[in-house]
Amino acid sequence: MNFLKRWKTHILIFLAVIGPGFITANVDNDAGGIYTYSLAGARYGYTLLWTLIPITFVLIVVQEMSARLGAVTGKGLADLIREEFGFRITFFLMLVLTVANLANVMAEFAGVASSMAIFGISKYISVPVVAFFVWLLVVRGTYKSVEKVFLFACSFYVCYIISGVLAKPDWIEAAQAVVRPTIHMETGYLIMLVGMIGATVAPWMQFYLQSAIVEKGVGQKQYAESRLEVIVGCLVMVGVTFFIIVACAATIHTNGRQDIVDAADAAIALRPLAGDYASLLFAFGLFNASVFAASILPLATAYSVCEGLGFEAGVNKKFREAPVFYWLYTLLIVIGGGLILIPGIPLVLVSYFSQVANGFLLPFVLVFLLLLVNRVDLMGGFKNSRGYNLIAGSTVAVLVVLTLLLLGLEIF
Amino acid sequence: MLYLTEILGLPVIDSSGKKAGKVAELAVASVVQPSRVAMLLLKNTKGKPSIAVPFENVSAFSSEEIRLRVAREKLELFQPDEALLLLRKDLLDQQIIDVNGRKVVRVNDLSFSEQVVNGHTELLLSEVDIGLSGALRRLLHGALPRTWLRKLESHVKGTFIRWEFVDLLEADPLRQVKLNISHKVLRGLHPADLADIMEELAPKERQAIFTALDDATAAAALSEIPRKLQVSILDSLEKTRAADILEEMPPDAAADLLAELPAETSTELLQDMDREEAAELGELLGFPENSAGGRMTTDYVAIPSTADVEAASNLIRGAPELPENFAAIFLVDTEGKLIGTVALSQLIVAEPQTSLEELQSEPLLSIPAQAPEEDIVELFDKYNLLSLPVVDEEQILIGVVTVDDIVSVLRKKS
Repeated sequence: MNFLKRWKTHILIFLAVIGPGFITANVDNDAGGIYTYSLAGARYGYTLLWTLIPITFVLIVVQEMSARLGAVTGKGLADLIREEFGFRITFFLMLVLTVANLANVMAEFAGVASSMAIFGISKYISVPVVAFFVWLLVVRGTYKSVEKVFLFACSFYVCYIISGVLAKPDWIEAAQAVVRPTIHMETGYLIMLVGMIGATVAPWMQFYLQSAIVEKGVGQKQYAESRLEVIVGCLVMVGVTFFIIVACAATIHTNGRQDIVDAADAAIALRPLAGDYASLLFAFGLFNASVFAASILPLATAYSVCEGLGFEAGVNKKFREAPVFYWLYTLLIVIGGGLILIPGIPLVLVSYFSQVANGFLLPFVLVFLLLLVNRVDLMGGFKNSRGYNLIAGSTVAVLVVLTLLLLGLEIF
Repeated sequence: MLYLTEILGLPVIDSSGKKAGKVAELAVASVVQPSRVAMLLLKNTKGKPSIAVPFENVSAFSSEEIRLRVAREKLELFQPDEALLLLRKDLLDQQIIDVNGRKVVRVNDLSFSEQVVNGHTELLLSEVDIGLSGALRRLLHGALPRTWLRKLESHVKGTFIRWEFVDLLEADPLRQVKLNISHKVLRGLHPADLADIMEELAPKERQAIFTALDDATAAAALSEIPRKLQVSILDSLEKTRAADILEEMPPDAAADLLAELPAETSTELLQDMDREEAAELGELLGFPENSAGGRMTTDYVAIPSTADVEAASNLIRGAPELPENFAAIFLVDTEGKLIGTVALSQLIVAEPQTSLEELQSEPLLSIPAQAPEEDIVELFDKYNLLSLPVVDEEQILIGVVTVDDIVSVLRKKS
């Protein structure tokens, strides 16, 4: 009893400190993220670990800018883009965001399909059931009460850390890989770079985090706390990413398979911890991550688009008061889930390419974020410092160069 | 009917047929209705300052071009003026309050009507376009010929708000004064609707509105706003102003709010308030929130039990303001002890000379200040009450719990 009680307080403390930053970071480790990191480890071993250092900086800088913009202006990112850049630019940005997020929603349903396949449940059953569940969860307004369950289940990621250690990876090689950048001029590798960046610093995160900060009522006074929480969230997320890559490198890459085509392949990374139960453990974790993100992504997209374009939005409104909002939300789920039902669609690749799409879209969102967060009339004393602009600016430059390189390699 | 989207970018030709620039902005001198466009701002080349054209200098207006009655050399540079409302910068794409529809909406476009006054044309701001047709125009203007676009627009549903039902949002309180935005139109809204609108705004805009609203309207709206937001709004206002608003709130709501504030702030606010009000609130604050004392209000009508109906009616008529959810009056003896309750309905139908004691509701119900919420709810449920008097240990009437408080208690629990 005493033990139980103590457990309870621990959980309560844990739940009290989590906020927008932590939630965003955890949702970011979704089906697309898990598969992309697994593929990175399986295909390229430890050699991509070096990217994690710059990615961590970029992630923290970008997330911190969004949070700051929200706390100081009290407005969402889509709102601000509309107010400062006009209707036409907002329209096209929202169009691209919707398409990229639809790809992400597909990735989540691909995660549902592939994780349930391990339990022997056909995707023709699992995807429609989960889609309906998610739709109802949000429309009925019960999402908030389930959020904590999702978050708690995210402690599954600890399994990767344990498994990564138990797999006895070559720590020296891994450590060298962290500090020694390597670049290969081949399409697959460059796509993986874009995918890695897109998986960690997804464009929807900026919109979601900023809205969450505004909704929580974080102002300039409470901002220092929120910033800490955002940074901790980012660090935890990159830590998990590191161990997913190491675990996959030590188990899948070194054994010569070097590719992942379904959930069972990806689950091999958990074998050192769970042995024959690895598949079940992986399926559970992937399922949770997928449903968690699937409940947030379509909703966040519908909110952003309606805010930006001036349609009524909100789950507390009736369908006939906010038709565009509800239609968009419903269609994202129906189309995202529906496309996964196409027979023979490669689930892992769908997840992977959704993250690559994120990577392509990211520079556009970052440019607007940067322009806004440098405006004195909006930000006053909270505007960006030069170091921030340098990091964010280089990220945009690197992503644009990578995109152009990829285009170039495709053409020639 | 002309739209802002179509006017912006129109070429402007001067009296000698030379091009003076392109329309970059329209300025309105005052937000009072109806608003006439006072000035056009022109741009020649990028980076150069704007040229100001007072609207009196416009001789002809068409959807193709604007002609001036002066030479371009006569035009002066624009001197930035905070009191001018710049339609493109301050209004287009921004949020406004639709007073008729009771919600916050975003401006897609503005429409104008032309009117001939003293031989020259005036342009009057007539409606704000917040609908699909405006969105379509913003997206496709310049990409399609004007006639095609107009035809296309006629097929989608447009949503317009008349300019007189628009309340502007300006986050900067100083500029708000310069633009003469008083938010008077908001006074007509139900406090619950006003509270919903406040929740949708950014903190700075909210603060600006609360600074401009009169105490009574601000207090009524504040009472309906969720607790967390109440605290942050009160925090953002000046102390004396916050105290004024608190005084206007129903005492129970004010006490609940004060209890949420840091002890230091609430003491300061109490000091800034009217002595009597502060003492009442201080008393209310002494009770735990979920007891009868914490739930009650000190706004009620008590009357000596010896009075008759006529005296009671006169007293009520003469009261400067009546309590919220006023459903009953209470009879007390000379020491203030509760003797009975008379429902207002009884009072209305009774003959003027009837003694109040004859009209008392049976049985006499009251609740001690220390009683827990559950007991109050039980009494309300059992006797189908609208209000219930609260007494201290000596049976002295100290407050009333009304049915709206009970609804909040029940909603919080479910």
